[in-house]
Amino acid sequence: MIKVQFFASIREALGTESIAVETVKGNSLVSDLIEQLCEEKPEWGDVLMDSKVLVAINQEMTHQGAKLESDDEVALFPPVTGG
Amino acid sequence: MKVSISVQQELIDTAKFERAMSDASKKVGAVVSFSGLVRDFNDKGDILGLELEHYPGMTEKSLASIIDQASERWDLIAASVCHRVGKIWNGEVIVHVSVASQHRKQAFEACEFIMDYLKTDAPFWKKELSKDGDVWVETKASDNDARGRW
Repeated sequence: MIKVQFFASIREALGTESIAVETVKGNSLVSDLIEQLCEEKPEWGDVLMDSKVLVAINQEMTHQGAKLESDDEVALFPPVTGG
Repeated sequence: MKVSISVQQELIDTAKFERAMSDASKKVGAVVSFSGLVRDFNDKGDILGLELEHYPGMTEKSLASIIDQASERWDLIAASVCHRVGKIWNGEVIVHVSVASQHRKQAFEACEFIMDYLKTDAPFWKKELSKDGDVWVETKASDNDARGRW
């Protein structure tokens, strides 16, 4: 089970904070996960297919080519704007 | 090295953090602090304040990593970062960074480094609140340029 969390403008646009995904098809990359989510919910496509979307796995910044393991905590969020 | 990281909804007691820097060791010869405040305007007009969101857990780890990187570059005795989340009104402190070292150059540079990295690396997101509606803030190219200098 992979937990996917959304933050800030992405969370608002999708109207959800997090979802659980049983398995990711293909090579189990972050990009496969995003594609799968957009197939299941086509209305998410515009938000998640944006090239500016950042990815963290288990609270470490990574990229969409990273491979996912079961029980990973994935976060998708826009560029950060703190400080 | 003494490190303090806090992410909080409450107002920031900047004096408390600065005092902790001075008290960290008798070897402290310089304390440099930065406070970021909420301005009452943006590019389009007046704002009422900000709402800050963060990623609990990852945000704190990211701030610890930034301080760690600073301590590899400069000889620091203590460092603290305190960042607000939730609703923050105009004039309030949104972020406070304080650094203690033996000499001022190290403290000045490390404080600026920590702020530049915080701006681009730490998972916080800012929404501007105004009478015309609330808008998520976009990243600024100048913030990436500032980080790139190091």
